[in-house]
Amino acid sequence: MDPHRGDESANHPAPTIWPVGFAVGIACIFVGLILGTAVLVVGAVVTAIFGFLWVRDVTSGLRAAPTPAEPAAPPIPAHLPEAGEDEVIRYPRSKFLEAVTLGLGGVIGGVVTVPVLGFTVLPPFIKQGHPDIDVGALDDFPENKFVITTFLLDPKQGEVSRRTAYIRNNGLLDGKPSFTILSNRCVHLGCPVQVNGLPLENQKKTETRNGLEVDRIPTAAAAGFGCPCHGGQYDQEGNRIAGPPVRALDRYDFMIDNGRLLLRKTYSVAKVDGEGADARIHKYPLAGPGQHIDGPEAWLYPLQPPR
Amino acid sequence: MARRKPGRREQLLKLALYPLDWLEERSGLVGGVKYFLFRKVPGDISWGHTLGSAALTAFIVQAVTGVILAFYYKPDPNSAYESIRHITDDLTLGWLVRGMHKWGASVFIILLFLHMGRVFLYGAYKYPRELNWIVGVLILVLGMMEGFFGYLLPWDETAYWATVVGVNLQATGPFVGPFLGDILRGGSEIGPDTLARFYSLHMLVLPGAIAGLIGLHLYLVVRLGVTSPPWSPTAAGRPQPGPPPPARKGLVAPGARGARKR
Repeated sequence: MDPHRGDESANHPAPTIWPVGFAVGIACIFVGLILGTAVLVVGAVVTAIFGFLWVRDVTSGLRAAPTPAEPAAPPIPAHLPEAGEDEVIRYPRSKFLEAVTLGLGGVIGGVVTVPVLGFTVLPPFIKQGHPDIDVGALDDFPENKFVITTFLLDPKQGEVSRRTAYIRNNGLLDGKPSFTILSNRCVHLGCPVQVNGLPLENQKKTETRNGLEVDRIPTAAAAGFGCPCHGGQYDQEGNRIAGPPVRALDRYDFMIDNGRLLLRKTYSVAKVDGEGADARIHKYPLAGPGQHIDGPEAWLYPLQPPR
Repeated sequence: MARRKPGRREQLLKLALYPLDWLEERSGLVGGVKYFLFRKVPGDISWGHTLGSAALTAFIVQAVTGVILAFYYKPDPNSAYESIRHITDDLTLGWLVRGMHKWGASVFIILLFLHMGRVFLYGAYKYPRELNWIVGVLILVLGMMEGFFGYLLPWDETAYWATVVGVNLQATGPFVGPFLGDILRGGSEIGPDTLARFYSLHMLVLPGAIAGLIGLHLYLVVRLGVTSPPWSPTAAGRPQPGPPPPARKGLVAPGARGARKR
Protein backbone atom coordinates (compact mmCIF):
# COMPACT_ATOMS: atom_id res chain seq x y z
CA MET A 1 0.00 0.00 0.00
CA ASP A 2 1.13 3.49 -0.76
CA PRO A 3 1.33 5.16 2.66
CA HIS A 4 0.72 8.63 1.27
CA ARG A 5 -2.33 7.93 -0.89
CA GLY A 6 -1.41 11.05 -2.72
CA ASP A 7 -3.97 11.41 -5.48
CA GLU A 8 -4.42 15.11 -6.08
CA SER A 9 -8.19 15.13 -5.73
CA ALA A 10 -9.52 16.64 -2.50
CA ASN A 11 -11.32 14.37 -0.10
CA HIS A 12 -14.67 16.09 0.49
CA PRO A 13 -17.84 14.45 1.79
CA ALA A 14 -20.95 15.18 -0.22
CA PRO A 15 -23.10 18.03 1.16
CA THR A 16 -25.97 16.78 3.29
CA ILE A 17 -28.90 18.32 5.15
CA TRP A 18 -29.21 15.68 7.88
CA PRO A 19 -26.75 17.23 10.43
CA VAL A 20 -28.86 20.40 10.42
CA GLY A 21 -31.98 18.48 11.38
CA PHE A 22 -29.94 16.54 13.94
CA ALA A 23 -28.76 19.82 15.53
CA VAL A 24 -32.31 21.18 15.56
CA GLY A 25 -33.41 18.01 17.35
CA ILE A 26 -30.68 18.39 20.00
CA ALA A 27 -31.68 22.03 20.52
CA CYS A 28 -35.30 20.90 20.83
CA ILE A 29 -34.27 18.42 23.56
CA PHE A 30 -32.62 21.20 25.56
CA VAL A 31 -35.62 23.48 25.15
CA GLY A 32 -37.80 20.54 26.19
CA LEU A 33 -35.79 20.14 29.41
CA ILE A 34 -37.04 23.58 30.37
CA LEU A 35 -40.50 23.74 28.80
CA GLY A 36 -41.80 20.27 29.31
CA THR A 37 -41.79 16.62 28.43
CA ALA A 38 -43.78 16.89 25.18
CA VAL A 39 -41.20 19.15 23.51
CA LEU A 40 -38.48 16.89 24.82
CA VAL A 41 -40.04 13.82 23.24
CA VAL A 42 -40.45 15.62 19.90
CA GLY A 43 -36.81 16.66 20.06
CA ALA A 44 -35.69 13.13 20.83
CA VAL A 45 -37.68 11.74 17.91
CA VAL A 46 -36.31 14.39 15.51
CA THR A 47 -32.77 13.72 16.74
CA ALA A 48 -33.14 9.97 16.35
CA ILE A 49 -34.61 10.20 12.83
CA PHE A 50 -32.12 12.69 11.48
CA GLY A 51 -29.24 10.98 13.29
CA PHE A 52 -30.20 7.69 11.64
CA LEU A 53 -30.48 9.31 8.21
CA TRP A 54 -27.17 11.07 8.70
CA VAL A 55 -25.37 7.89 9.72
CA ARG A 56 -26.98 6.07 6.79
CA ASP A 57 -25.84 8.83 4.45
CA VAL A 58 -22.29 8.87 5.75
CA THR A 59 -21.91 5.11 5.67
CA SER A 60 -23.61 4.67 2.27
CA GLY A 61 -20.22 4.71 0.53
CA LEU A 62 -18.93 2.01 2.82
CA ARG A 63 -22.01 -0.18 2.50
CA ALA A 64 -22.21 0.23 -1.28
CA ALA A 65 -18.56 -0.67 -1.79
CA PRO A 66 -18.25 -4.18 -3.08
CA THR A 67 -17.07 -6.42 -0.34
CA PRO A 68 -13.74 -7.77 -1.36
CA ALA A 69 -13.86 -11.41 -2.25
CA GLU A 70 -12.68 -13.72 0.42
CA PRO A 71 -8.99 -14.16 -0.13
CA ALA A 72 -8.30 -17.53 -1.59
CA ALA A 73 -6.84 -20.02 0.76
CA PRO A 74 -3.08 -19.58 0.81
CA PRO A 75 -1.36 -21.91 -1.54
CA ILE A 76 0.04 -24.88 0.15
CA PRO A 77 3.77 -24.39 0.37
CA ALA A 78 5.80 -26.89 -1.48
CA HIS A 79 7.77 -27.68 1.60
CA LEU A 80 5.61 -28.41 4.61
CA PRO A 81 7.56 -28.17 7.83
CA GLU A 82 7.45 -31.45 9.62
CA ALA A 83 6.71 -31.52 13.33
CA GLY A 84 9.94 -31.38 15.25
CA GLU A 85 11.71 -29.20 12.74
CA ASP A 86 13.36 -26.02 14.02
CA GLU A 87 10.93 -23.55 12.43
CA VAL A 88 7.95 -25.10 14.12
CA ILE A 89 9.58 -24.84 17.54
CA ARG A 90 11.08 -21.39 17.07
CA TYR A 91 7.86 -19.72 15.94
CA PRO A 92 5.81 -20.34 19.10
CA ARG A 93 8.75 -19.44 21.31
CA SER A 94 9.07 -15.96 19.83
CA LYS A 95 5.32 -15.55 20.18
CA PHE A 96 5.57 -16.74 23.77
CA LEU A 97 8.34 -14.26 24.54
CA GLU A 98 6.33 -11.47 22.97
CA ALA A 99 3.27 -12.35 25.01
CA VAL A 100 5.30 -12.64 28.21
CA THR A 101 6.97 -9.28 27.63
CA LEU A 102 3.69 -7.54 26.94
CA GLY A 103 1.89 -9.38 29.74
CA LEU A 104 4.53 -8.73 32.39
CA GLY A 105 4.84 -5.14 31.22
CA GLY A 106 1.09 -4.77 31.53
CA VAL A 107 1.03 -6.27 35.02
CA ILE A 108 3.90 -4.07 36.23
CA GLY A 109 2.31 -1.03 34.63
CA GLY A 110 -1.02 -1.84 36.28
CA VAL A 111 0.52 -2.42 39.72
CA VAL A 112 2.22 0.96 39.47
CA THR A 113 -0.65 2.85 37.88
CA VAL A 114 -3.76 1.75 39.74
CA PRO A 115 -2.79 3.06 43.22
CA VAL A 116 -1.50 6.31 41.74
CA LEU A 117 -4.70 6.72 39.77
CA GLY A 118 -6.69 6.04 42.94
CA PHE A 119 -4.72 8.66 44.82
CA THR A 120 -5.31 11.09 41.98
CA VAL A 121 -9.07 10.66 41.85
CA LEU A 122 -10.39 9.44 45.21
CA PRO A 123 -9.30 11.90 47.96
CA PRO A 124 -11.69 14.68 46.83
CA PHE A 125 -14.61 12.30 47.46
CA ILE A 126 -13.61 10.82 50.81
CA LYS A 127 -13.94 12.32 54.31
CA GLN A 128 -15.73 15.43 53.08
CA GLY A 129 -18.15 17.49 55.14
CA HIS A 130 -17.48 19.24 58.43
CA PRO A 131 -17.91 18.62 62.16
CA ASP A 132 -20.78 20.24 64.08
CA ILE A 133 -20.07 23.93 64.58
CA ASP A 134 -20.93 25.78 67.79
CA VAL A 135 -22.10 29.27 66.77
CA GLY A 136 -23.30 30.59 70.14
CA ALA A 137 -25.90 30.42 72.88
CA LEU A 138 -29.60 30.60 72.03
CA ASP A 139 -29.78 34.04 73.70
CA ASP A 140 -27.29 35.41 71.17
CA PHE A 141 -29.94 35.19 68.45
CA PRO A 142 -32.78 37.71 68.90
CA GLU A 143 -36.16 36.55 67.64
CA ASN A 144 -37.14 37.24 64.03
CA LYS A 145 -33.90 39.02 63.15
CA PHE A 146 -31.17 37.61 60.94
CA VAL A 147 -27.74 37.46 62.51
CA ILE A 148 -24.75 37.36 60.13
CA THR A 149 -22.67 34.58 61.63
CA THR A 150 -19.19 33.68 60.39
CA PHE A 151 -17.25 30.62 61.55
CA LEU A 152 -14.54 28.20 60.46
CA LEU A 153 -15.66 25.00 58.75
CA ASP A 154 -12.31 23.33 59.38
CA PRO A 155 -10.07 24.97 62.01
CA LYS A 156 -7.03 23.08 60.66
CA GLN A 157 -7.35 24.88 57.32
CA GLY A 158 -7.56 28.29 58.94
CA GLU A 159 -9.20 31.39 57.49
CA VAL A 160 -9.63 29.84 54.04
CA SER A 161 -12.46 27.76 55.47
CA ARG A 162 -14.37 30.73 56.94
CA ARG A 163 -18.04 30.56 55.96
CA THR A 164 -21.09 32.69 56.62
CA ALA A 165 -24.63 31.71 57.62
CA TYR A 166 -27.67 33.93 58.16
CA ILE A 167 -29.34 32.70 61.33
CA ARG A 168 -32.84 33.73 62.41
CA ASN A 169 -34.45 32.65 65.65
CA ASN A 170 -38.08 31.86 64.83
CA GLY A 171 -39.16 31.51 68.45
CA LEU A 172 -40.81 28.35 69.67
CA LEU A 173 -42.54 25.72 67.55
CA ASP A 174 -44.50 23.20 69.64
CA GLY A 175 -42.39 24.27 72.63
CA LYS A 176 -39.09 23.66 70.82
CA PRO A 177 -36.77 26.37 69.49
CA SER A 178 -36.96 26.91 65.72
CA PHE A 179 -34.19 28.41 63.60
CA THR A 180 -33.83 29.39 59.95
CA ILE A 181 -30.16 28.96 59.03
CA LEU A 182 -29.35 29.98 55.45
CA SER A 183 -26.02 29.33 53.78
CA ASN A 184 -24.68 32.46 52.10
CA ARG A 185 -23.43 30.44 49.10
CA CYS A 186 -25.45 31.68 46.12
CA VAL A 187 -27.11 28.76 44.33
CA HIS A 188 -26.35 30.31 40.98
CA LEU A 189 -22.56 29.91 40.91
CA GLY A 190 -21.43 30.13 44.53
CA CYS A 191 -20.71 33.81 45.17
CA PRO A 192 -21.36 35.19 48.70
CA VAL A 193 -24.97 36.34 49.04
CA GLN A 194 -25.38 39.60 51.04
CA VAL A 195 -28.15 40.83 53.32
CA ASN A 196 -30.41 43.39 51.66
CA GLY A 197 -30.47 45.49 54.78
CA LEU A 198 -28.28 47.23 57.30
CA PRO A 199 -25.73 45.14 59.20
CA LEU A 200 -25.35 46.64 62.68
CA GLU A 201 -21.54 46.53 62.70
CA ASN A 202 -21.35 48.36 66.03
CA GLN A 203 -23.18 45.47 67.71
CA LYS A 204 -20.71 42.91 66.34
CA LYS A 205 -19.79 40.24 68.86
CA THR A 206 -16.74 38.01 68.59
CA GLU A 207 -16.69 34.85 70.65
CA THR A 208 -13.79 32.42 70.87
CA ARG A 209 -14.46 28.96 72.24
CA ASN A 210 -11.95 26.12 72.06
CA GLY A 211 -9.80 28.27 69.79
CA LEU A 212 -12.63 28.74 67.31
CA GLU A 213 -13.58 32.31 66.53
CA VAL A 214 -17.24 33.02 65.73
CA ASP A 215 -18.39 36.50 64.67
CA ARG A 216 -22.03 37.58 65.01
CA ILE A 217 -23.41 40.79 63.47
CA PRO A 218 -27.14 41.47 63.97
CA THR A 219 -29.05 43.14 61.15
CA ALA A 220 -31.80 45.72 61.11
CA ALA A 221 -34.81 44.25 59.31
CA ALA A 222 -33.38 42.41 56.28
CA ALA A 223 -35.47 42.57 53.11
CA GLY A 224 -34.14 39.32 51.71
CA PHE A 225 -30.74 38.65 50.18
CA GLY A 226 -28.90 39.61 46.99
CA CYS A 227 -25.84 38.30 45.22
CA PRO A 228 -23.22 40.82 44.01
CA CYS A 229 -21.89 38.68 41.15
CA HIS A 230 -24.81 38.19 38.78
CA GLY A 231 -27.72 39.82 40.58
CA GLY A 232 -29.62 36.84 42.01
CA GLN A 233 -32.25 37.92 44.57
CA TYR A 234 -33.82 35.90 47.39
CA ASP A 235 -36.59 36.61 49.89
CA GLN A 236 -36.45 36.22 53.67
CA GLU A 237 -36.93 32.46 53.43
CA GLY A 238 -34.22 32.10 50.77
CA ASN A 239 -36.71 31.60 47.93
CA ARG A 240 -35.42 32.87 44.61
CA ILE A 241 -37.36 35.95 43.50
CA ALA A 242 -35.18 37.23 40.64
CA GLY A 243 -32.06 36.55 38.63
CA PRO A 244 -30.27 33.40 37.55
CA PRO A 245 -30.37 31.12 40.65
CA VAL A 246 -32.08 27.78 40.03
CA ARG A 247 -33.55 27.10 43.49
CA ALA A 248 -33.77 28.48 47.04
CA LEU A 249 -30.75 29.06 49.27
CA ASP A 250 -29.15 26.03 50.95
CA ARG A 251 -29.76 25.58 54.68
CA TYR A 252 -27.92 24.09 57.65
CA ASP A 253 -29.45 21.43 59.85
CA PHE A 254 -29.10 22.40 63.51
CA MET A 255 -29.22 20.90 66.96
CA ILE A 256 -29.27 22.40 70.42
CA ASP A 257 -26.86 21.08 72.98
CA ASN A 258 -26.77 22.55 76.53
CA GLY A 259 -28.40 25.74 75.34
CA ARG A 260 -25.93 26.20 72.46
CA LEU A 261 -26.77 26.23 68.78
CA LEU A 262 -24.77 23.73 66.67
CA LEU A 263 -24.71 23.78 62.86
CA ARG A 264 -24.80 20.35 61.29
CA LYS A 265 -24.95 19.17 57.66
CA THR A 266 -25.94 21.45 54.81
CA TYR A 267 -28.87 20.52 52.59
CA SER A 268 -30.44 21.96 49.47
CA VAL A 269 -33.91 23.46 49.21
CA ALA A 270 -36.11 23.57 46.11
CA LYS A 271 -38.49 26.13 47.63
CA VAL A 272 -40.06 27.15 50.91
CA ASP A 273 -43.81 27.52 51.46
CA GLY A 274 -44.87 29.71 54.36
CA GLU A 275 -42.68 31.67 56.70
CA GLY A 276 -40.65 31.39 59.86
CA ALA A 277 -41.37 28.52 62.21
CA ASP A 278 -44.34 27.30 60.12
CA ALA A 279 -42.42 27.17 56.87
CA ARG A 280 -42.65 23.99 54.83
CA ILE A 281 -39.23 23.29 53.36
CA HIS A 282 -38.85 21.19 50.19
CA LYS A 283 -35.65 19.52 51.30
CA TYR A 284 -33.12 17.66 49.08
CA PRO A 285 -29.57 16.33 49.54
CA LEU A 286 -26.89 18.97 49.11
CA ALA A 287 -26.21 19.83 45.46
CA GLY A 288 -23.71 22.24 43.98
CA PRO A 289 -24.63 25.77 42.89
CA GLY A 290 -26.44 25.96 39.57
CA GLN A 291 -27.65 22.35 39.76
CA HIS A 292 -31.38 21.76 39.61
CA ILE A 293 -32.79 19.47 42.31
CA ASP A 294 -36.41 19.19 41.15
CA GLY A 295 -38.24 19.15 37.83
CA PRO A 296 -36.97 17.51 34.64
CA GLU A 297 -33.69 19.47 34.75
CA ALA A 298 -32.79 17.46 37.86
CA TRP A 299 -32.43 14.42 35.59
CA LEU A 300 -29.16 16.00 34.45
CA TYR A 301 -27.72 15.39 37.94
CA PRO A 302 -28.72 11.85 38.87
CA LEU A 303 -25.68 11.28 41.06
CA GLN A 304 -24.01 13.52 43.61
CA PRO A 305 -20.59 12.89 45.14
CA PRO A 306 -20.77 11.74 48.78
CA ARG A 307 -20.70 14.56 51.31
CA MET B 1 49.82 21.14 -9.66
CA ALA B 2 50.81 21.29 -6.03
CA ARG B 3 48.00 22.03 -3.63
CA ARG B 4 48.19 25.39 -1.93
CA LYS B 5 48.92 25.24 1.74
CA PRO B 6 45.67 25.99 3.56
CA GLY B 7 45.64 29.59 4.71
CA ARG B 8 45.25 30.76 8.26
CA ARG B 9 41.64 31.66 7.60
CA GLU B 10 40.67 28.17 6.49
CA GLN B 11 42.52 26.67 9.43
CA LEU B 12 40.57 28.85 11.84
CA LEU B 13 37.30 27.99 10.15
CA LYS B 14 38.08 24.30 10.38
CA LEU B 15 38.93 24.69 14.04
CA ALA B 16 35.69 26.51 14.71
CA LEU B 17 33.62 23.94 12.89
CA TYR B 18 35.36 20.97 14.50
CA PRO B 19 32.94 20.68 17.48
CA LEU B 20 29.96 20.89 15.12
CA ASP B 21 31.46 18.21 12.88
CA TRP B 22 32.13 16.07 15.95
CA LEU B 23 28.48 16.44 17.01
CA GLU B 24 27.12 15.84 13.53
CA GLU B 25 29.15 12.69 13.02
CA ARG B 26 27.87 11.17 16.24
CA SER B 27 24.27 12.39 16.29
CA GLY B 28 23.22 13.92 12.99
CA LEU B 29 21.75 16.75 15.03
CA VAL B 30 23.35 19.55 12.99
CA GLY B 31 21.85 18.20 9.80
CA GLY B 32 18.52 17.77 11.57
CA VAL B 33 18.45 21.36 12.75
CA LYS B 34 19.47 22.57 9.28
CA TYR B 35 16.69 20.46 7.76
CA PHE B 36 14.21 22.00 10.19
CA LEU B 37 15.31 25.61 9.80
CA PHE B 38 16.15 25.81 6.08
CA ARG B 39 13.03 24.23 4.59
CA LYS B 40 11.64 25.37 1.27
CA VAL B 41 8.48 27.43 1.57
CA PRO B 42 6.21 28.95 -1.08
CA GLY B 43 7.54 32.16 -2.58
CA ASP B 44 4.41 34.18 -1.82
CA ILE B 45 4.07 33.66 1.90
CA SER B 46 3.62 36.75 4.05
CA TRP B 47 3.90 38.09 7.59
CA GLY B 48 0.71 36.18 8.37
CA HIS B 49 2.73 32.98 8.24
CA THR B 50 4.89 34.17 11.15
CA LEU B 51 2.04 34.09 13.69
CA GLY B 52 2.71 30.46 14.60
CA SER B 53 6.35 31.21 15.40
CA ALA B 54 5.18 34.25 17.35
CA ALA B 55 2.84 32.08 19.43
CA LEU B 56 5.69 29.62 20.03
CA THR B 57 7.90 32.49 21.19
CA ALA B 58 5.16 33.67 23.55
CA PHE B 59 4.90 30.13 24.97
CA ILE B 60 8.65 29.99 25.55
CA VAL B 61 8.53 33.38 27.32
CA GLN B 62 5.70 32.05 29.54
CA ALA B 63 7.65 28.88 30.32
CA VAL B 64 10.89 30.69 31.22
CA THR B 65 9.30 33.49 33.27
CA GLY B 66 7.03 30.92 34.96
CA VAL B 67 9.98 28.81 36.07
CA ILE B 68 11.70 31.90 37.49
CA LEU B 69 8.53 33.01 39.31
CA ALA B 70 8.31 29.51 40.81
CA PHE B 71 11.63 30.23 42.60
CA TYR B 72 9.70 32.62 44.87
CA TYR B 73 6.00 31.68 44.75
CA LYS B 74 4.51 29.68 47.66
CA PRO B 75 1.29 27.78 46.84
CA ASP B 76 -0.25 27.95 50.31
CA PRO B 77 -3.30 29.98 51.35
CA ASN B 78 -1.43 31.66 54.19
CA SER B 79 1.58 32.78 52.11
CA ALA B 80 0.58 32.85 48.43
CA TYR B 81 -0.63 36.45 48.36
CA GLU B 82 2.33 37.64 50.42
CA SER B 83 4.82 35.80 48.18
CA ILE B 84 3.37 37.48 45.09
CA ARG B 85 3.54 40.86 46.84
CA HIS B 86 7.19 40.04 47.69
CA ILE B 87 7.94 39.25 44.03
CA THR B 88 6.27 42.43 42.79
CA ASP B 89 7.43 44.94 45.42
CA ASP B 90 10.66 43.70 46.98
CA LEU B 91 12.67 41.62 44.53
CA THR B 92 14.83 43.33 41.91
CA LEU B 93 13.00 43.33 38.56
CA GLY B 94 10.39 41.00 40.02
CA TRP B 95 7.66 43.38 38.85
CA LEU B 96 8.99 43.02 35.31
CA VAL B 97 9.14 39.22 35.21
CA ARG B 98 5.73 38.88 36.84
CA GLY B 99 4.34 41.48 34.44
CA MET B 100 5.80 39.58 31.48
CA HIS B 101 4.12 36.40 32.71
CA LYS B 102 0.79 38.07 33.45
CA TRP B 103 0.48 40.08 30.24
CA GLY B 104 2.30 37.46 28.19
CA ALA B 105 -0.51 35.07 29.03
CA SER B 106 -2.95 37.28 27.14
CA VAL B 107 -0.45 37.76 24.32
CA PHE B 108 -0.12 33.98 23.97
CA ILE B 109 -3.88 33.46 23.69
CA ILE B 110 -4.31 36.39 21.29
CA LEU B 111 -1.54 35.06 19.05
CA LEU B 112 -3.10 31.60 19.10
CA PHE B 113 -6.38 33.07 17.86
CA LEU B 114 -4.67 35.21 15.18
CA HIS B 115 -2.69 32.17 14.00
CA MET B 116 -5.89 30.13 13.95
CA GLY B 117 -7.64 32.87 11.98
CA ARG B 118 -4.84 32.97 9.42
CA VAL B 119 -4.92 29.20 8.97
CA PHE B 120 -8.71 29.26 8.66
CA LEU B 121 -8.90 32.14 6.16
CA TYR B 122 -6.09 30.69 4.01
CA GLY B 123 -7.81 27.29 4.00
CA ALA B 124 -4.58 25.82 5.36
CA TYR B 125 -6.53 23.38 7.55
CA LYS B 126 -7.68 21.36 4.52
CA TYR B 127 -6.44 17.98 3.37
CA PRO B 128 -3.86 16.78 4.24
CA ARG B 129 -3.44 19.15 7.21
CA GLU B 130 -6.65 18.37 9.14
CA LEU B 131 -4.74 16.55 11.90
CA ASN B 132 -2.54 19.58 12.47
CA TRP B 133 -5.67 21.73 12.90
CA ILE B 134 -6.93 19.28 15.52
CA VAL B 135 -3.59 19.37 17.36
CA GLY B 136 -3.70 23.15 17.23
CA VAL B 137 -7.20 23.23 18.73
CA LEU B 138 -5.97 21.00 21.57
CA ILE B 139 -3.12 23.46 22.20
CA LEU B 140 -5.68 26.29 22.30
CA VAL B 141 -7.86 24.42 24.81
CA LEU B 142 -4.88 23.59 27.02
CA GLY B 143 -3.72 27.21 26.74
CA MET B 144 -7.08 28.45 28.00
CA MET B 145 -6.91 25.93 30.86
CA GLU B 146 -3.50 27.39 31.73
CA GLY B 147 -5.26 30.73 32.04
CA PHE B 148 -8.01 29.31 34.25
CA PHE B 149 -5.65 27.49 36.62
CA GLY B 150 -3.11 30.31 36.70
CA TYR B 151 -5.74 32.89 37.60
CA LEU B 152 -6.17 31.48 41.12
CA LEU B 153 -2.49 31.67 42.05
CA PRO B 154 -2.33 35.36 43.16
CA TRP B 155 -4.91 34.31 45.81
CA ASP B 156 -6.62 37.68 46.06
CA GLU B 157 -10.38 38.28 46.13
CA THR B 158 -10.67 38.42 42.33
CA ALA B 159 -8.73 35.20 41.91
CA TYR B 160 -10.66 33.39 44.65
CA TRP B 161 -14.18 34.32 43.55
CA ALA B 162 -13.42 33.92 39.86
CA THR B 163 -12.29 30.39 40.64
CA VAL B 164 -15.34 29.71 42.80
CA VAL B 165 -17.58 30.73 39.91
CA GLY B 166 -15.47 28.96 37.29
CA VAL B 167 -15.37 25.66 39.16
CA ASN B 168 -19.10 25.80 39.95
CA LEU B 169 -19.73 26.48 36.27
CA GLN B 170 -17.89 23.25 35.44
CA ALA B 171 -19.90 21.49 38.14
CA THR B 172 -23.19 22.34 36.42
CA GLY B 173 -22.22 20.08 33.52
CA PRO B 174 -24.72 17.23 33.18
CA PHE B 175 -24.10 13.84 34.85
CA VAL B 176 -20.35 14.14 35.53
CA GLY B 177 -20.39 17.85 36.43
CA PRO B 178 -20.71 17.46 40.23
CA PHE B 179 -17.80 15.00 40.26
CA LEU B 180 -15.68 17.19 37.99
CA GLY B 181 -16.23 20.08 40.39
CA ASP B 182 -15.03 18.05 43.37
CA ILE B 183 -11.96 16.85 41.45
CA LEU B 184 -11.07 20.42 40.46
CA ARG B 185 -11.48 21.66 44.05
CA GLY B 186 -9.86 18.61 45.61
CA GLY B 187 -12.96 18.26 47.77
CA SER B 188 -16.39 19.71 48.33
CA GLU B 189 -15.01 23.10 49.40
CA ILE B 190 -12.22 25.32 48.08
CA GLY B 191 -9.25 25.09 50.42
CA PRO B 192 -5.48 24.63 50.61
CA ASP B 193 -5.64 21.53 48.40
CA THR B 194 -7.31 23.53 45.65
CA LEU B 195 -4.48 26.04 45.44
CA ALA B 196 -1.81 23.33 45.45
CA ARG B 197 -3.44 21.29 42.72
CA PHE B 198 -4.11 24.34 40.57
CA TYR B 199 -0.42 25.21 40.94
CA SER B 200 0.67 21.70 39.95
CA LEU B 201 -1.64 21.63 36.94
CA HIS B 202 -0.60 25.14 35.92
CA MET B 203 3.16 24.62 36.08
CA LEU B 204 3.70 20.89 35.46
CA VAL B 205 0.86 19.02 33.78
CA LEU B 206 -0.43 21.56 31.27
CA PRO B 207 2.88 23.07 30.13
CA GLY B 208 4.24 19.55 29.61
CA ALA B 209 1.23 18.58 27.56
CA ILE B 210 1.38 21.80 25.53
CA ALA B 211 5.10 21.33 24.85
CA GLY B 212 4.46 17.79 23.62
CA LEU B 213 1.64 18.92 21.36
CA ILE B 214 3.79 21.76 20.01
CA GLY B 215 6.39 19.14 19.08
CA LEU B 216 3.76 17.13 17.22
CA HIS B 217 2.43 20.33 15.60
CA LEU B 218 5.90 21.25 14.31
CA TYR B 219 6.58 17.72 13.11
CA LEU B 220 3.43 17.89 10.99
CA VAL B 221 4.36 21.37 9.70
CA VAL B 222 7.76 20.07 8.59
CA ARG B 223 6.32 16.91 7.09
CA LEU B 224 3.44 18.54 5.22
CA GLY B 225 5.00 21.88 4.41
CA VAL B 226 3.55 25.39 4.34
CA THR B 227 0.53 26.24 2.18
CA SER B 228 0.46 29.01 -0.40
CA PRO B 229 -2.19 31.69 0.09
CA PRO B 230 -5.44 30.88 -1.73
CA TRP B 231 -4.85 33.69 -4.27
CA SER B 232 -1.42 32.38 -5.16
CA PRO B 233 -1.00 31.37 -8.82
CA THR B 234 0.60 28.20 -7.50
CA ALA B 235 -2.07 27.39 -4.92
CA ALA B 236 -3.23 23.82 -4.66
CA GLY B 237 -6.07 22.87 -7.00
CA ARG B 238 -5.32 25.65 -9.52
CA PRO B 239 -4.52 24.63 -13.10
CA GLN B 240 -0.76 24.75 -13.46
CA PRO B 241 1.08 25.66 -16.65
CA GLY B 242 3.34 22.97 -17.98
CA PRO B 243 3.28 19.30 -17.27
CA PRO B 244 1.39 18.31 -14.15
CA PRO B 245 3.64 17.72 -11.18
CA PRO B 246 4.25 14.09 -10.36
CA ALA B 247 1.84 12.65 -7.87
CA ARG B 248 2.84 12.81 -4.18
CA LYS B 249 5.25 15.61 -4.85
CA GLY B 250 3.02 18.02 -2.97
CA LEU B 251 3.21 15.85 0.10
CA VAL B 252 6.81 14.81 0.16
CA ALA B 253 8.47 17.98 -1.10
CA PRO B 254 5.95 20.74 -0.42
CA GLY B 255 8.41 23.39 -1.46
CA ALA B 256 8.18 22.25 -5.05
CA ARG B 257 4.50 23.11 -5.25
CA GLY B 258 4.83 26.71 -4.23
CA ALA B 259 8.15 27.49 -5.91
CA ARG B 260 8.06 30.56 -8.10
CA LYS B 261 9.62 29.04 -11.20
CA ARG B 262 7.42 26.40 -12.77
